[in-house]
Amino acid sequence: MDDLSLSQPLTAAADLATGELRLSQARRGDRGVIGAVGSGVAASPGGLDAQELERRLLELGFVEGATIEVIHEGAIGRDPIAVRLDDMRVALRRRDAVDIVIRLESSAAGPDAR
Amino acid sequence: MSIASARIALVGNPNSGKTALFNALTGSHQKVANYAGVTVERKEGTITTASGRTVSVLDLPGTYSLRARSPDEAVTRDAILGQLKGETPPDVVVCVADATNLRLVLRLILELRQVGRPMVLALNMFDIAQRQGLRIDLEGLSRDIGAPIVTTVATRKRGIEDLVAQIEAKVEALAATGALEAPNTWHEPSPAEIRQAHAEAQRTMKAHVRPAERPDTLTGKIDGVLLHPVAGLAILLALLFVMFQAVFAWAGPLMDGIEGGMGALGGLVATVLPDGLLQSLIVDGLIAGVGSVLVFLPQILILFLFIILLEDFGYMARAAFLMDRIMGGAGLHGRAFIPLLSSFACAIPGVMATRVIDSRRDRLTTIMVAPLMTCSARIPVYTLIIAAFIPNQTVWGFASLQGLVMFGLYVAGITSALAISFIARRLFWRGQVEPFLMELPTYKTPDPKSVLRNLWQRAAIFMNRAGRIILPLMVLIWVLSTFPYPPEGATGPDIDYSFAGQLGHLLHPLFAPIGFNWQMTVALIPGMAAREVAVGALGTVYAVANAEEQVGTLAGALSADWSLAMGLAFLTWYVFAPQCAPTLAVVKRETNSWLWPSVMFAYMITLAYLAAMAVYHGAVALGWG
Ligand SMILES: Nc1nc2c(ncn2[C@@H]2O[C@H](COP(=O)(O)OP(=O)(O)O)[C@@H](O)[C@H]2O)c(=O)[nH]1
Ligand SMILES: [Mg+2]
Repeated sequence: MDDLSLSQPLTAAADLATGELRLSQARRGDRGVIGAVGSGVAASPGGLDAQELERRLLELGFVEGATIEVIHEGAIGRDPIAVRLDDMRVALRRRDAVDIVIRLESSAAGPDAR
Repeated sequence: MSIASARIALVGNPNSGKTALFNALTGSHQKVANYAGVTVERKEGTITTASGRTVSVLDLPGTYSLRARSPDEAVTRDAILGQLKGETPPDVVVCVADATNLRLVLRLILELRQVGRPMVLALNMFDIAQRQGLRIDLEGLSRDIGAPIVTTVATRKRGIEDLVAQIEAKVEALAATGALEAPNTWHEPSPAEIRQAHAEAQRTMKAHVRPAERPDTLTGKIDGVLLHPVAGLAILLALLFVMFQAVFAWAGPLMDGIEGGMGALGGLVATVLPDGLLQSLIVDGLIAGVGSVLVFLPQILILFLFIILLEDFGYMARAAFLMDRIMGGAGLHGRAFIPLLSSFACAIPGVMATRVIDSRRDRLTTIMVAPLMTCSARIPVYTLIIAAFIPNQTVWGFASLQGLVMFGLYVAGITSALAISFIARRLFWRGQVEPFLMELPTYKTPDPKSVLRNLWQRAAIFMNRAGRIILPLMVLIWVLSTFPYPPEGATGPDIDYSFAGQLGHLLHPLFAPIGFNWQMTVALIPGMAAREVAVGALGTVYAVANAEEQVGTLAGALSADWSLAMGLAFLTWYVFAPQCAPTLAVVKRETNSWLWPSVMFAYMITLAYLAAMAVYHGAVALGWG
């Protein structure tokens, strides 16, 4: 609702290299490899502390090098999202996905859009 | 000779088939209870091996890590580490893995190795792995993880003997050396250590598991429909509709049957026993008490049947996904959806079902608002008052006014539950928002036998829990409404002279501002046992015998005596008031403290009082007084 990072693409994307994208901003069809987990952006007020969230993400298989694809988006505000993570499927909220950076291999918006 | 009995524990990721394997191992030799001091379900069973040894088996809650996040997972961690109060540590740990989904469990195994207990890996769902053409080098994998591997198909009892043999071998080895395989070096892994373990698990995967030749595509296809933003929600709504139809329509005849049966039993006992105290205690106290619990069983069984089927199919995680945003808007977790749904039948199974929610705060919020859902015990009260005060007419050309009022009462319950949780989240629990992270399991055809077993177990737990609370309460309330006897030559109904009647009169000044007369106040007291008891109690005070069957007569008596404003105030009271001592008692058990039932009682009664007062005075102002 209030902290959806989709609404602030500029600030969140500022420190990313080209072809990189935060999972919180990814759209259905975006596919790639996880480049980094837990860069600390998600330490937003009200969230878990960043390290705890990082550990939970890691334990569920969000780890550098895993292949990932956004396969479903919720009806309201496109949140939460469901991703294909290697061989399994995981659902998560966008606010918890800020700290996952993916290196895009194929984008829903086409190669030039980002 | 080695030790004659041993203990093992099943541990693994959620949905790997632990419970199915537990059932295959122990058959009907199992017992469901709670762990001491926590409300995590404890499932224990026994196997007798070919050599005559008794092995007790513990089915632990599923987890991805020993670094527990929820009370459930803490039980798993403590059981494995041997730190659980009142439990001896397992001699052998049986790790249950879904052969088609090995990546995460291989990392969990690394944590289990650190604990140093003897371990056997059950490579379950091997039928699916074979169907997919997954190639696993069992010998190599076994060498890498340092534990014997047995392939199993839990639902078809394949590989069970092998598994038991491997467990026995471990038990014997343990008895021979009398020591653990390695010292316990487990500690909470840091992020770096988790990454390292992932890398190691990845290497093991690469070395010994060849990717599936025919990977599962069905789950993706089904999800394309069930998780579709529009179609998915529509299907969820349709499912809920069918579920409600089933709960209320299919259960009806069964409930009538139970009521009739209990009534007949009461009648029979009344003819056998002489009139008097004993007859009254048995007929009005005990039989009516058992009946008031039993009567909810059909609805609860149907509700549980749906929930278990959807759960085993793999749909419940999808429902949580679809509902998360809607529930999240009110500060609730997506997983609160199922408990709140159950509460439409009865808040007791609803409160018990909140165990699926990891975070304590989210769980407490859900427990607190569950009784606001319109449970079926309110329906008789609503039906009576609506029949008495709402004209049976059609509005807008198609809708029944009475039906609309009923619908409005449901909506009032739901919206107030959402509003309360929203306020609680904003006002009291501003701190953390738990992450919503959930694996979406692959779809599976539910196994009829395990569905029935599960249904039976849940029904038994409900009967046990509710019966133990409701029965003594019914007896207490019988005592309160029977003694003391009316004086010689009394004219009013007997209950008027009893403790309950006196209490009603005593409390009446408190209820006068919300428009209640003393008869209504008196009926509230027996109504604490269960909401629908108020109907019978009103019958008693208005001297309508058999009020439950004579709703028309009682409704006539009420509409002659009450104003419309009073009727509406009474309805409003029943939307919000904590008129159910068993629910409060279950909340006490589930939260292990008197604090939460007290908070629940206080906020619900305040809400009920204020809302009834507003409705009463509003209605009077409209000239309905
Ligand atoms: N095909 C197949 N299905 C299984 C097997 N073991 C369990 N299942 C199903 O997998 C689902 C999850 O099993 P369950 O025992 O509840 O998993 P738990 O969460 O680990 O306790 C259920 O629908 C089971 O019927 C198996 O070996 N083969
Ligand atoms: Mg289970």
